[in-house]
Amino acid sequence: MSAPRVALFATCLTDTLYPETGKAVVRLLTRLGCDVDFPLAQTCCGQMHYNTGYHDHARPLARDYAATFEGYDHVVAPSGSCGAMVREIHPSLCGTSPAVERTYELSEFLVDVLGVTDVGAYFPHRVTYHPTCHSLRMLGVGDKPLSLLRAVKGLELVELPQAEQCCGFGGTFALKNAETSTAMLADKMRCVQDTGAQVLSAGDNSCLMHIGGGLSRLRTGVRTVHLAEILASTEEEPWASATR
Amino acid sequence: MGVRNPVTWLGSPVFPKAAHEALADTQLRRNLRKATTTIRTKRAGVVAELDDWERLRQAGEAIKDDVLANLDTYLVRLEKAVTARGGVVHWARDAEEANRIVLDLVRAEGADEVVKVKSMATAEIGLNEALEAGGVRAVETDLAELIVQLGDDRPSHILVPAIHRNRAEIRDVFRRGMAEEPASDEPRDLAEAARRHLRRKFLSAKVAISGANFAVADTGSIVVVESEGNGRMCLTLPETLITVMGIEKLVPSWQDLEVFLQLLPRSSTAERMNPYTSVWSGVTPGDGPRRFHLVLLDNGRTATLADQVGRQALRCIRCSACLNVCPVYERTGGQAYGSVYPGPIGAILAPQLAGDMHDEQAASLPYASSLCGACYEVCPVRINIPEVLTHLRAEAVRAKGKRTPEAIAMAAAAWVFADPKRYEAAQKAGSLSRLLARDGRIKRLPGPGAKWTDSRDAPAVPKESFRAWWRKNHVQRS
Ligand code: SF4
Repeated sequence: MSAPRVALFATCLTDTLYPETGKAVVRLLTRLGCDVDFPLAQTCCGQMHYNTGYHDHARPLARDYAATFEGYDHVVAPSGSCGAMVREIHPSLCGTSPAVERTYELSEFLVDVLGVTDVGAYFPHRVTYHPTCHSLRMLGVGDKPLSLLRAVKGLELVELPQAEQCCGFGGTFALKNAETSTAMLADKMRCVQDTGAQVLSAGDNSCLMHIGGGLSRLRTGVRTVHLAEILASTEEEPWASATR
Repeated sequence: MGVRNPVTWLGSPVFPKAAHEALADTQLRRNLRKATTTIRTKRAGVVAELDDWERLRQAGEAIKDDVLANLDTYLVRLEKAVTARGGVVHWARDAEEANRIVLDLVRAEGADEVVKVKSMATAEIGLNEALEAGGVRAVETDLAELIVQLGDDRPSHILVPAIHRNRAEIRDVFRRGMAEEPASDEPRDLAEAARRHLRRKFLSAKVAISGANFAVADTGSIVVVESEGNGRMCLTLPETLITVMGIEKLVPSWQDLEVFLQLLPRSSTAERMNPYTSVWSGVTPGDGPRRFHLVLLDNGRTATLADQVGRQALRCIRCSACLNVCPVYERTGGQAYGSVYPGPIGAILAPQLAGDMHDEQAASLPYASSLCGACYEVCPVRINIPEVLTHLRAEAVRAKGKRTPEAIAMAAAAWVFADPKRYEAAQKAGSLSRLLARDGRIKRLPGPGAKWTDSRDAPAVPKESFRAWWRKNHVQRS
């Protein structure tokens, strides 16, 4: 069987602000035998526009997405909310397409398509995991990310209290209702700190930017690391940005 | 446009402003956290007991969708059945009309005081205020409604309108509002004080006013479910009963009712069955009220029904499960929404019933959500609240026009995203933000970005984007 042709949909946020996560996905998927490509025509799935009420601006972006990712076996996004935007919302904007139907959030792709939970990773730290709302409630990834983390050598996984409560990011909600967003963040940070973990992981850099921004502002000594970077890290080659 | 719809309270600030006040109220925050956490956990427990919960939800959704699609047929059927059983049906286009009908009916009975069963429809139309203006005192008999009424307060929850109050605060309210003050702030003493206060009202009232949880079109039967039994007193003792009901409260048959009598108590009070379920069909000689009037209320519902996405809000059975799980509601409380309908359902129902997205307050409600989807997950009739929220946001955007700073910024962003070259150029320009950063973190952003950095560090845009790295390290294939 030839290697599956997998397109990475990096998402605009990760492409622009968190390139290390993108690199981690490439390394991880290559290690697992995928033929990874990054079509340069990609930009943004239109989620910010759609969720803020600018549906007319989101529509052409959804069309571009379908065209850009046509012809791959699979499309993988290191984001539950962008994955959900594509799979759950794009069809309502411009109909479905092969690209939309073959789009997966990272943990779904690993567990459902590649059929692996042990990806051969090594990450000797105490970690807690926040299940982001859209991965949980729109995509229904369930405990796939946790089963991946449980298989990581050296990783001590601690359960996050009230894990399924929203962190308060919510895209432009974080600006439009900044104070309510902050109140939600405060409770999320308290739960994270109660675990005694040094690393908070999640499958969405957007939520991690929000929670991590709060954790660093308060000098909590907890850092945020995207799930992909933990899974990319091995004994031979620790993932630099994740092990700081 | 006619008179303003009272479903949103006149003079309420936009949601972020109202939330600013509420978030600073430490007592409110504590009361709400405690109350919502308790009810949330209990609901999850009783729902988990049923292995066909998902199918019940689907049935509830399907029945309500059928009702909404054939509302005209079912309403006429209901009217016929109620009339045949000796009731009188009135049709009210809006709040003003409904209030006038009720006031005229009360006056015709020569009453200057009425007892009330807890009802969202009458709260929505501001009936108590309208009656008072007409010289009729309305006495709320639901314990929580009574607390709100005696405290000259506003409701903050659909099921427990006084959820924002704790025992000590309730005792104070009773002290000021009752002839006999409660012995202590123990729940038993508070309930006893309310019981004494209300007993006199029940025995002397000639007219009762209620809402309806359901109406069975086939038989013209009206259903009210409650926990305290005070509703039952109102529904049986007075000579005249007036029920105000939203036109969407119908179910076709008794068989359909069975589905909702399972869905509602578990979702609202986390009970397997509610303690009191009262059902009546017209009037029955020698049993209960001798005169029965049913006021069918539109007040924005037909307009809502015309909206293909928004109409699902009319499936709501007012259980308040969505409020109890909402992370925004838990922190701001209900009054911040500026309507009798707070929380997630309020954010989609109030602006639709009000029907004016040019109203700043109403237009701010669909944004009072992080779109986390917890509401949709628990809603017993599967209302996709996040979907309606984004749909209404689009309406708010349309109403505001293309000239707002936000609309201009959004258009600019769309223009950038539309072309990978422009997008990459913007990434390069953005990486200049590194100059604001220390150790890769920005403590203070200028302009609207300050709303972010007020409470959170921001990441600096790195020198090299992912795509720049990819281009350097990989041969391009497509
Ligand atoms: S929207 Fe659903 S969950 Fe919320 S009150 Fe209505 S029926 Fe209950």
